[in-house]
Amino acid sequence: MANLLDEKVKFLEEKANDIRRSIVEMLLEAGSGHSAGPLGMADIFTLLYFHVLKHDPKNLGWPERDRVILSNGHICPVLYAAMAHSGYFPVEELKTLRKFGSRLQGHPHREWLPGIETSSGPLGSGLSQAVGMAIGNRMNDGQSDDKWFYCLMGDGELDCGQVWEAVMMAGRDKLHNIIGIIDRNNIQIDGFTEDIMPLDSLRDKFESFNWHVLEVDGHNFESVNDAIGQAQAMFSKPSVIIAHTIPGKGVEFMERKFEWHGKSPNANEAKEALNQLRTLGGKIKSEHE
Amino acid sequence: MLNQNQKLNPKLLDKDVEQVPIRFGYGEGLLKAGEENENVVALCADLTDSTKTSTFSKKFPERFVEMGIGEQSMASVASGMAAMGKVPFIASYAMFSPGRNWEQIRTTICYNNSNVKVAGAHAGISVGPDGGTHQAIEDIAITRVIPRMNVVVPCDSVEAKKATYASSKIEEPFYLRFAREPTPIVTTEESPFEVGKANLLRDAKNPQVAIIACGPSVYNSLMVAEELSREGIECLVLNNHTIKPMDETSVIDVARRAGRVVTVEEHQVKGGMGSAVAEVLVKNYPVFMEFVGVEDKFGQSGTQEELVEHYGMGISGIKEAVKRVINK
Repeated sequence: MANLLDEKVKFLEEKANDIRRSIVEMLLEAGSGHSAGPLGMADIFTLLYFHVLKHDPKNLGWPERDRVILSNGHICPVLYAAMAHSGYFPVEELKTLRKFGSRLQGHPHREWLPGIETSSGPLGSGLSQAVGMAIGNRMNDGQSDDKWFYCLMGDGELDCGQVWEAVMMAGRDKLHNIIGIIDRNNIQIDGFTEDIMPLDSLRDKFESFNWHVLEVDGHNFESVNDAIGQAQAMFSKPSVIIAHTIPGKGVEFMERKFEWHGKSPNANEAKEALNQLRTLGGKIKSEHE
Repeated sequence: MLNQNQKLNPKLLDKDVEQVPIRFGYGEGLLKAGEENENVVALCADLTDSTKTSTFSKKFPERFVEMGIGEQSMASVASGMAAMGKVPFIASYAMFSPGRNWEQIRTTICYNNSNVKVAGAHAGISVGPDGGTHQAIEDIAITRVIPRMNVVVPCDSVEAKKATYASSKIEEPFYLRFAREPTPIVTTEESPFEVGKANLLRDAKNPQVAIIACGPSVYNSLMVAEELSREGIECLVLNNHTIKPMDETSVIDVARRAGRVVTVEEHQVKGGMGSAVAEVLVKNYPVFMEFVGVEDKFGQSGTQEELVEHYGMGISGIKEAVKRVINK
């Protein structure tokens, strides 16, 4: 995978900002939904959809495409926004989020919105599906590296026992086509993850199941990109990237607040959020000029 | 009299009728499906031999996935494999799959419309000495309520083979339910079988009651009909192997002809096959009904015969239900 040139980083930063603005706008329009997670994962989704993925928004059934398995379906606003901005459907349609008849269901459904690999919402089952896809792919094509299975997970959902059934199995079967990306934002609905059900040391846990573990700043495009490159170079085991992110990133009053995990902004809050994001856009420009 | 068109086992009414565990048919049907279609794959959660997945895995080790004791992951792994064009069959004891992994089956298989077949072995009260923890008597209820799920309960190992094979040809989610203990062979290779088409196994000129059964209860129902015939009570016996989509035409037809219905199943009365029959009849042709099954209780240890008798699904229990419904 290509290294990131400065110009591409600038492009990604601007795209990520567009996606964040879309997230705030669609959540305001919907009147419900999750804010913190989608904003926190905007940089990683931008990197995936605008640099990393082998995909074609105009050819959804392309067998050789990379697969994105979103396990924590509740952060779907960022998935929808990344898909819309990269050409899967009109950006205007984002405003239908959670509305009756909309293709943008409250939690993603693969039949309602073609281009989505699996339906999700109930937590903890994405990695198992990625394992199944990787095993099916191996049965079809042998040990080929023609495609990657990116499984995006929240850190809170690692409370689910099923995740560890899949972790154990991927390690056993050395499913190196799997690249797990964990949104390590330290919050879940009831509070901070380390208060609710401690997860650390996540690195040790995954390593003990024979996974290759990488830890990055989830808002640094170069770091995440390098980690994905290293994960792809690992042929003997699956890889997981623990991406340290700031929940609510880009909107100051939402950042690091677990209270913003499961709610959407009201009109005033959205106005303030969009204002901040616009200012941030200005900052990015000035940094690179 | 037995319906000649059904080409049933000629020794069906003999005392020494051949008995084979219904689950054996799963292994045979899976093997047949696998021989024809290289995309058929099997997954099992540490019960490869007793679910008879082993019949397949010995022939096609490269198309078998050992899950360990992880039924929840098994359902979702199968969904992922189906997304890659595979036709996965997942097997465990019914108590664990679909028992333990119901939500994964609902979301990652049915909501996703994944082409996955769920095989539940050791279903029913006849599981025997393992006791109540291992006797799945709620599984029909929890699977038939999921949109898109087909539910098939074969009456013997021969029919189980056909059902398993047939499910591989239909690109939809299936739940296939199998009993553990040896069960009398009712049908033959020549007997007709079609998903969603119930079979009238016993016909009569002037029937008083239609017995609608599934699974191992079909044999007991036939025995009851035979005995009652000698007492002057004629019964129709319908093998209602497909709980969903139910053969409404046949169910309504036998109800209309007999005017009284008794349903028989190794399952809780609440939510089971009988309830599904009632849903059809109450809307189309209401008749008096009796439901033979487990009455809101858990099972316990015992032999197959002791348990079936104790919980009311034995010959005497079915007979009493027939007489009760006649007197209504």
